[in-house]
Amino acid sequence: MGSIFDILGPVMVGPSSSHTAGAARIGMVARQLFGRQPEKATVYLHGSFAATGKGHGTDRALIAGLLGMKPDDMRIPDSFQVAKDEGMEFSIASKEIKEAHPNTAQIIMEAEGVKPMKIQAYSIGGGRIRVCKLDGIDVNFSGESNTLIIRNVDEPGRIKEVAVALANAEINIATMQVFRDKRGGYAIMVVETDQIVPQKAMEELESKRGIIRVKFLAAN
Amino acid sequence: MSYQSMEEAQIRCEREGIQFWKAIQLEDADERGVTQEDSWKEMQRMWQAMLDGLDAYDPELMSRSRMVGKEGGLMDAYREAGDTLCGDFMAKVMSNALKMGCNNACMKRIVAAPTAGACGVMPAVLVTYYREYHVPEEKMIEALYVAAGIGQIIANRAYLAGASGGCQAEIGSGSGMAAAAICHVKGGDTVKLGNACAMALKNLMGLVCDPVGGLVEVPCVKRNVGGAFNAIAAADMALAGIESQIPVDQVIDAMKEVGDKMDVSLRETGFGGVAGSTRAAEIVERMNM
Repeated sequence: MGSIFDILGPVMVGPSSSHTAGAARIGMVARQLFGRQPEKATVYLHGSFAATGKGHGTDRALIAGLLGMKPDDMRIPDSFQVAKDEGMEFSIASKEIKEAHPNTAQIIMEAEGVKPMKIQAYSIGGGRIRVCKLDGIDVNFSGESNTLIIRNVDEPGRIKEVAVALANAEINIATMQVFRDKRGGYAIMVVETDQIVPQKAMEELESKRGIIRVKFLAAN
Repeated sequence: MSYQSMEEAQIRCEREGIQFWKAIQLEDADERGVTQEDSWKEMQRMWQAMLDGLDAYDPELMSRSRMVGKEGGLMDAYREAGDTLCGDFMAKVMSNALKMGCNNACMKRIVAAPTAGACGVMPAVLVTYYREYHVPEEKMIEALYVAAGIGQIIANRAYLAGASGGCQAEIGSGSGMAAAAICHVKGGDTVKLGNACAMALKNLMGLVCDPVGGLVEVPCVKRNVGGAFNAIAAADMALAGIESQIPVDQVIDAMKEVGDKMDVSLRETGFGGVAGSTRAAEIVERMNM
């Protein structure tokens, strides 16, 4: 259970903490993981998100999040127009995703000059979410704490490099999870930290052999 | 670690000679590692959002399903004509509950308290009283701590989501929280707060969650009125010295048991209750056209 401000709060645009506020957060976290506003976003809605999403503004909230709006942003109802104005192309469709939580969204983000990114996340109520898939690899994080996400080649020594870089920057690791698609394939490290990870430490990590992508989500 | 029972919070209040709201604030500051002042500021932000939310109501706006939106305006006009059954103050409570419920359905800004569907109960009770009787703002923020503390105990022992425990967990909890909060504003002590909350919860026990088309609109918007009225009645009973024969912690446990036994069609699935009526099916068909 969270704090008293999960009971009294959040301040949000209605009508549903799971279907609207949670959806906006999914879009927002997706954008942060991508590192910029996508030029093109393909959104799939599953289960209850697909069935009642329209009436709950789930579609508009997801696009709003991708545009960088927070769950209490009054422009959420008009996000389709804002996307048009800012030149973000998007499509939204229903899709049956096997064994997914009823409030699941899948988002593919594209922009020129960067690799496309695919994320799957679901809304657990009260405006809180979980990211459960990143570029085809199972993960599990909420984005509520400072979170460092590293995509690397699955080989010995990569975890050590991350631990050393964080230690050198005097960053304390709160939790750490590692995931991979297959032995020797691609892996993802999800590291929750007590402090903000500075840009310099991230650049240092990104320059290492075998480390493909480093992203940081500040607690929000 | 937040309070697991009202009894636990009451013991702390007695031991340290503090009021219930203070016990909640101290716990929040401790748990989140912030100062009491920062905790207070955050609560003030919630209060301000409730005030702003009510002022932002627009009677011209309709929800995307077109089921709700104008109810707050209709109630205002009726009240202004001066011939209500329940008197001016309660008519204002009613209209404020409707306004917040409509705001939520129309994608305006609200404070989930404890949920978005029940967002009208607390402001209807607290903001209406604040504006009618010009109570100092500090007292209202203390009252929000009372409400949040009660809500947290309910969350720890039972639940706050309609999908888990039916509407008794949403409007019911909101009503219990508001009853204790307004009881505090009127000078009720910790025992009276507990009685007010227990009576409000008992009155709404078993309430099902049956939204038409799965949308937070029908019957949710009008149920906020029920929750607000019930809260005020329960607080007045407690202030009159009427006691709940069942202690609040045991009432919450009973609510959990009732929720667990509730059929899934009555827990926010949009199948049972009024959501299963012929008219609901017609409305859903019209929306899908």
